[in-house]
Amino acid sequence: MKYAAPTTVDEARSLLADNPGSRVFAGATDLIPQMRSGRPEPAVLVDLKRIDQLMAVSHGEGKWTIGAATPTADLTRNGAFSGMFPGISEGAGLIGSDQIQNRSSLGGNLCNGSPAADSVPALIAADARAVIASSDGTRTVAVAEVVTGPGQTSLADDEFIVEFEIDDAPANTGDAYLRMIPRTEMDIAVVGAAVRLTMDGDTVTDASVVLGAVAPTAVRVPDAEAALVGSRLDDDTLAAVSAAASAACNPIDDKRGTIEYRTQVAGVLAKRAAVIAADRAQNGA
Amino acid sequence: MTATEHPPAYKYVGTRPIRHDGYDKVIGKARFAADLNLPGQLHGAIHRSPHAHAKILSIDTSAAEAMPGVKVVVTGDDFPALDPKNPNFDLAANIIARGVAYYHGHAIAAVAANTKPEAQAAAAAIKVEYELLPAVLSIDESMADGAPLVNETNHTKFVPPGEPSNLSTITNLDRGDVDDALAAADVVIEREFDCAHVHQGYIEPHACVVDTGPDGKTSVWCSSQGHFRVRSMTADVLGWDKSRVKVTPAEIGGGFGGKTTVYLEPLAARLSEKAGKPVKMVMSREEVLRATGPAPEAKMKIKIGATNDGELTAIDGWMAYGVGAFGDMAGLIGAMSVASYKFPNLRMETYTALTNTPKSAAYRAPSAPHAAFAIESVVDEVALELGMDPIELRLKNAAVEGDLTAMGMPHPRVGLVECLEALKASDHYNSEVPEGAARGVAVGFWFNIGEESSATVNLNEDGTATVLTGSPDIGGSRASMALMAAERLGIDVYSITPVVADTEAVGFTDVTEGSRATFATGKAVVQACDMIIDELKKRAASIMSVDVDQVAWVDGAAVSAGHGGGEGGEPLTLAAITAQAKRTGGPLTATASLNAAGAGPSFAVHCADISVDEETGVVSVLRYTAVQDAGTAIHPSYVEGQFQGGSVQGIGWALNEEYIYNADGVMDNASFLDYRIPVASDLPLIETIIVEVPNPAHPYGVRGVGETGIVPPMATIANAINAATGVRMTSLPMSPPKLLSALNKRSK
Repeated sequence: MKYAAPTTVDEARSLLADNPGSRVFAGATDLIPQMRSGRPEPAVLVDLKRIDQLMAVSHGEGKWTIGAATPTADLTRNGAFSGMFPGISEGAGLIGSDQIQNRSSLGGNLCNGSPAADSVPALIAADARAVIASSDGTRTVAVAEVVTGPGQTSLADDEFIVEFEIDDAPANTGDAYLRMIPRTEMDIAVVGAAVRLTMDGDTVTDASVVLGAVAPTAVRVPDAEAALVGSRLDDDTLAAVSAAASAACNPIDDKRGTIEYRTQVAGVLAKRAAVIAADRAQNGA
Repeated sequence: MTATEHPPAYKYVGTRPIRHDGYDKVIGKARFAADLNLPGQLHGAIHRSPHAHAKILSIDTSAAEAMPGVKVVVTGDDFPALDPKNPNFDLAANIIARGVAYYHGHAIAAVAANTKPEAQAAAAAIKVEYELLPAVLSIDESMADGAPLVNETNHTKFVPPGEPSNLSTITNLDRGDVDDALAAADVVIEREFDCAHVHQGYIEPHACVVDTGPDGKTSVWCSSQGHFRVRSMTADVLGWDKSRVKVTPAEIGGGFGGKTTVYLEPLAARLSEKAGKPVKMVMSREEVLRATGPAPEAKMKIKIGATNDGELTAIDGWMAYGVGAFGDMAGLIGAMSVASYKFPNLRMETYTALTNTPKSAAYRAPSAPHAAFAIESVVDEVALELGMDPIELRLKNAAVEGDLTAMGMPHPRVGLVECLEALKASDHYNSEVPEGAARGVAVGFWFNIGEESSATVNLNEDGTATVLTGSPDIGGSRASMALMAAERLGIDVYSITPVVADTEAVGFTDVTEGSRATFATGKAVVQACDMIIDELKKRAASIMSVDVDQVAWVDGAAVSAGHGGGEGGEPLTLAAITAQAKRTGGPLTATASLNAAGAGPSFAVHCADISVDEETGVVSVLRYTAVQDAGTAIHPSYVEGQFQGGSVQGIGWALNEEYIYNADGVMDNASFLDYRIPVASDLPLIETIIVEVPNPAHPYGVRGVGETGIVPPMATIANAINAATGVRMTSLPMSPPKLLSALNKRSK
């Protein structure tokens, strides 16, 4: 196994093109445990953290641009970003421990392909885009289209995410992410739920509801969004959000949770996240 | 907080000096087994069974042996076949399979190579041909009529030899007339319970370095709770004399009962012998979970009868413990742990059943937590049914000196009443239950043991002292030994160096288990100090030219009533005597060895305030108090640490810890990510109240405190959940999915 640390996107591109079977990494917080537990080692490990563009966070022209390898700690500590996207920030802030937070990244969390990735649902709820570098140029896709199944992405072997783009949240918009774990930290989501709402007074004018860990990929819940838009978050609406969220679940039974449990709790977390998102939309984070 | 009725006037006992081994542990200098490396050492790795039960048809090691760096491969054939009557027969079969793999993870072969990756690659390249046998994976399957045999070498203990069986023990205890008493009772509550396998969860995986020399002498450095047992087990499994094996204890990163046995040392010794080089073996966390002892699983049915005024008149119990693929006495010990209440009528039917899962090992008060979970839950139901305060009901029935345990042994002086009274008087119990929360209490008992210990006290020429014992320090026992020696000798605790000595430097000492080290080894230390004080008095008498019977030992010095003491009329200090040791008879040393009788049982009462998120089934522990009788707390900080540690492990057992097996008997959650021990943020500070009802059989009144603390938490939490939700949880762990499912059924 060889290790390479390119300092430009182009250099990384050529490394991937010249070395079939190589693999990019950012924090390696998933990669190293996977290799230690017996997953095959790639021929070349390509460290993306030396490329400035992948480590940068900037704001301008009505959007945030976040380098794909930027430590999640840099996002959670960024007051302006966390103020606009508290839900994305709290999802990113749940990845591992404080030490892990200094290594883990949005790009890695997404491309690891886990349906339970904590930073993904709120990114999808914010319609975030991934800017992808490949050998013949750059393409931009919705974050929702990157993961295709557990451990699977739509990226080709020679592609990697350079950065994420997130348009500024409209006025009176708030987001929230909640996850269920049996402990208080250091665990993997049994259910995750992100909700983003835009409000006009007490009335919801726009809604995104995205669930994690209840299907092969993070899933959007259009029925819950439809129930929210035009509502004032009354009990009937919240019950409808819960029911729609539970209905959208297609989970597995495993060591981390049962189908029955995940389905029921997805409804609970979607409802609770909606209430928090509405409060943030009305009153700020 | 410490509750002591008549605190004796001790100068050192009961104080809280910084532990002698503390500095090294805090700065990372302490040497654990995996820290040791010897020149030229090889690294070992194990090939483990992928099946829960299979006949081994052939093992082909040729590919592995031809791999780079590989020096030697061993299989079961490299170890002597032990007589089935040998007490270590099952141990040997567990360490390496011979002919049959009894559980997924059972060691089949071991490799030593230049590097660990080379050893692991070679272990993976060993080819084994299996014939699958039916795997028995639950207590129900094991005990069913016509069940396939888990282990064809197992026979039921304590009965005339018969056919092989899935049952290791069948025990019936009976007193009074249970049926009549239950028929006459005003209230009868019956519930069924079950507990999943749980692991001790020590942070340090098993590790050892073993060096067998050309003369056959073998040195072992390892992490264990008892290096003399490592010596005897290693020698037995290899068919060696014990004198061939020297075991040096490394610092230990947690044991909790799980390091009272061996897994690696005999393998490493044989590999080292064949390779002619030292061999180091270190388990991964996954190996620890797949192949080292969990605590048993259990199923229980408990029926308790009571009168309207709260007398518990009868208990009718059925308990079965599932101990993995090798015999054990867990059921019998479970019955022995039923001892908290008077119960004039008692029937306990217990079983120890085998399953094709890892061999269970001791875990803090082994078998007692399961029984207490069941019994204390039913006692709580009785209190609710009668409308009695749960402490009052327990006080009314609490066992006192002379009352019989389930085994029919009368209790010595015990402190259950004092513990209940201390909780009743506590700030916690008298505080209002927080809004949205609920409170539960439960009692726990453990009998503790004595066993054999040795201690050597060497006085140095400057009046300092070295105290050598053979008890690995798993909970602050070095500091406790030094405190007892300081108290006895009358010298400062920091002028004493407490040492855990190797098997060739100190007399035989049993394992640090059964909460025995501070009690039994402490007793040996005190006895050795008394012997050396006798010698000091003789030396003083000769220096002072008085009769020895005119010399007393007071505050670290010899005084002579007849002569006003000392050459100048002053007391003759210990240091003054050691300074003249050469001319008064030579070095001052003393060794005491004993088989300690009179281990005092320790009772505990725990109290928890919890809240339940009824939409997710998540339980939050808001406040937790552990009250326990320590007899006398030699070093109160480490007594409190034991209470807290036991509580935390019990709370983990209550809420989330479990082995999750798939249908093939493969553990699905063999990592600390998915085997969920509590993290720090899961818990409040565990408050402690030390009750001191001195044990008359120890010079300072010590009762062991290491184990009882894990006994009450499961019922404490279950009783609080019932108070919060009206749902009686009878299955451990009370994890969010199980609690939510129970809550769903309640509302229907």
